[in-house]
Amino acid sequence: MAFVAADPTRPAGPIRRLLRRKLAVLGLVVIALVVGGALAAPYIVAHAPDEQMFDGLTLEGAPMAPSSVYLFGTDLLGRDLFSRILYGARTSLIIGVVANGLSLLIGTIVGLLAGYFKGWIGAALMRFTDLMMAFPALLLAICLAAIFQPSLWIVALVIALVNWVQTARVIYTETSSLATRDFIAAERTLGAGTGRILIHHILPHLLPTIIVWGTLGISTTVLLEATLSFLGVGVQPPTPSWGNIIFENQTYFQSAPWLVFIPGAAIILLALAFNLVGDALRDVLDPTQRGRG
Amino acid sequence: MASYLLRRLIQSALILLGVAFITFFLLYVLPADPVRQIAGRSASPETVANIRRELGLDQPFIAQFLRYLGGLLHGDFGRSYLQKTQVAELIASRLPATLLLMAAGITCELALGLTMGIAAALTKGRFTDQILMMTSFVTVSAPQFVVSLLLLYVFAVQLSWFPVGGYGTFRHLVLPAVTLGILGSGWYARMMRSSMIEVMAADFIRTARAKGLTRARVVLRHALPNAILPVIAMIGIDIGVFMGGVVVVESVFAWPGIGQLAWQAIQRIDIPIIMAVTLVSAVAIVIGNLLADFIIPFIDPRIKIR
Repeated sequence: MAFVAADPTRPAGPIRRLLRRKLAVLGLVVIALVVGGALAAPYIVAHAPDEQMFDGLTLEGAPMAPSSVYLFGTDLLGRDLFSRILYGARTSLIIGVVANGLSLLIGTIVGLLAGYFKGWIGAALMRFTDLMMAFPALLLAICLAAIFQPSLWIVALVIALVNWVQTARVIYTETSSLATRDFIAAERTLGAGTGRILIHHILPHLLPTIIVWGTLGISTTVLLEATLSFLGVGVQPPTPSWGNIIFENQTYFQSAPWLVFIPGAAIILLALAFNLVGDALRDVLDPTQRGRG
Repeated sequence: MASYLLRRLIQSALILLGVAFITFFLLYVLPADPVRQIAGRSASPETVANIRRELGLDQPFIAQFLRYLGGLLHGDFGRSYLQKTQVAELIASRLPATLLLMAAGITCELALGLTMGIAAALTKGRFTDQILMMTSFVTVSAPQFVVSLLLLYVFAVQLSWFPVGGYGTFRHLVLPAVTLGILGSGWYARMMRSSMIEVMAADFIRTARAKGLTRARVVLRHALPNAILPVIAMIGIDIGVFMGGVVVVESVFAWPGIGQLAWQAIQRIDIPIIMAVTLVSAVAIVIGNLLADFIIPFIDPRIKIR
C-alpha cells in the first residue's frame, strides 16, 4: 500500500478527489445526517409523529413555539414538529430513491435504445421525448396527482413519469456518439450481439453520467414531491412529508411561522446537499453540461 | 434556412398535436367522474346520463378528440363544466395577468442572475465567486412555495411593505415577480459565469488588453456583449420550467392568471380548462424553443443550423 501511495504520478481515485472538495463533503455530511435521522427516528424522538399531545397546544388552542420540551414546537393538532420532520425525512428519501430510480431507469433505456438504433425506433423515441419536453412538467405532475388518488407510490410514479426526459436526452447524446466509435464497430465485426454490445460495451461508459444525473435528480425529485404535497395532491396526511406539513399548517403561517420555515429549511437543505454532491461528482467523473432542474 | 424553418414549424405543430392527444387521453381515462361533480351526489341516474350526453362524454374517445380538435381550429376551447362560460374567454381574461407576471419575473431573473454571473466570473476562484456560486446553488435547491412564503412573511406580514396578495397595482406585482426572479437567477448566474470565463480567455480579449485598454473597457465593450447574448437566448428553453413556477407562485400570491385558473380547475376536475391551460403552456414552450433555435445561430454564427 505504501508503495502505491508513494507514487506521485498516479492520479487520485474519484472518491478521493470528491472528498477533497469542501462543498461536496458538506453535502455528504448533510445527506448522512438526514439518512441517519430518518433511520433512527424511533430512537431519537420522544413522541410519535401522529401523537396529539395533551399539553401540545396553548390554552387558546394555538401551536406551541419551539422550546426545550418540543424542540421545533408543535403543529396545529398539538403534535411534536421535530418528530414529524424526522419521519417526514423518510418520505422525502423514499420518494427521492424510488421516483428518481424509476425515472433514471426509463431515461436510460429510452436514451440507450434511441441512441443506438438510428432507424425508426430511435426517431420515434426521440420524437416522443421532444413531445414530453413540450409539457409543462409541474402542471402535468399536478394534473396526474390530482386525477389519481394520491399515495406515496402514486406520487413516486407521477414524478418518475414527468422526470425521465432530461436523462433520456443526455444518455441519447452520449450513446449516439459512442455507437459510431471504432471499438463498437470492432465488437460488431467480432460477432458480438446487440444486447452484449449495449450492456457490456456501451452501458459501462455511461455509468459516470448515470451517477451524476442520478444524484442531481434526487434533488429535483425531493423538490417536486414537496411542491405536490404542499398543494395537497402529493403524500396525504397523516403520513408526514415536509411538503404536507406546510400544507396542513398554512393557516397558522402568520402566528406560527416556524411551522412553515422549519420544514421549508429542511427541504432546501436536503435538495442543496444532493445538488452539491452531484455537481462535484460531475466535475470529478465527467464534464457534460447540465440542464435546469 | 427556409426549408429548415418549414421543417421545424411542421415538427412543432406535430408536437402540439401530440400534447393535445396525450392530455385528452389522460383526462378521458381519469378515474374521477366530472359528471358526478357537476350533477352532485344525489342526482338520479337519468340526470347523470343526460348531462353525459349533453357534454358528449358518451361518445367514443376518438370521436370526442376529433370534435375537440375541430373546435380548436375555430378558436373554440369548449365550455367550462362548472362555470358555464367559454374557456377561450376565461383564458383570454386571465392571460394578460400571467404575461405581465412572466415579463416582470424574467426581467428580475435576468437582472439578478446575469449580475451574479458576471461578478462571479470577474472574481473567479476568490471569495466573492464562492459566495455567489453557493447562493446560486441555494436558489436552484429552493422550492417555489418556500421562497414565496418567505418573501410573503418578511415583506408583507412583518414589514407591510407590500400587499399579501392580489392584483392591480405595481406593489402587487413586486413580490411574485421577485420570487420568480430569485428562483431562476441561480441557473442564469451559472451559465453567465461560464460564458463570461470562456470569453475572457479568448484571443480577442488578449488583443484588446494588449492594445492597452482599461479593464473596464475590455469587460464592458469587448467581453460582455459576446458573453451575454447566448445566455439571454436561453430564455426560450427556460419557458417550461418557468410556467411550472408560475402555477405555484400565482396560487400563493392569489395572482389571477392562468396558473391560478389551472389550479382551481384541477381541484374541481374542470377538464376543458385543464386542457386549455396545458395547451397554452405547451404553445409557449414550443414557441420559446423555436425562438432559441433561431436566435442562437443568428447571434453566434459559429453555431451552424443542421
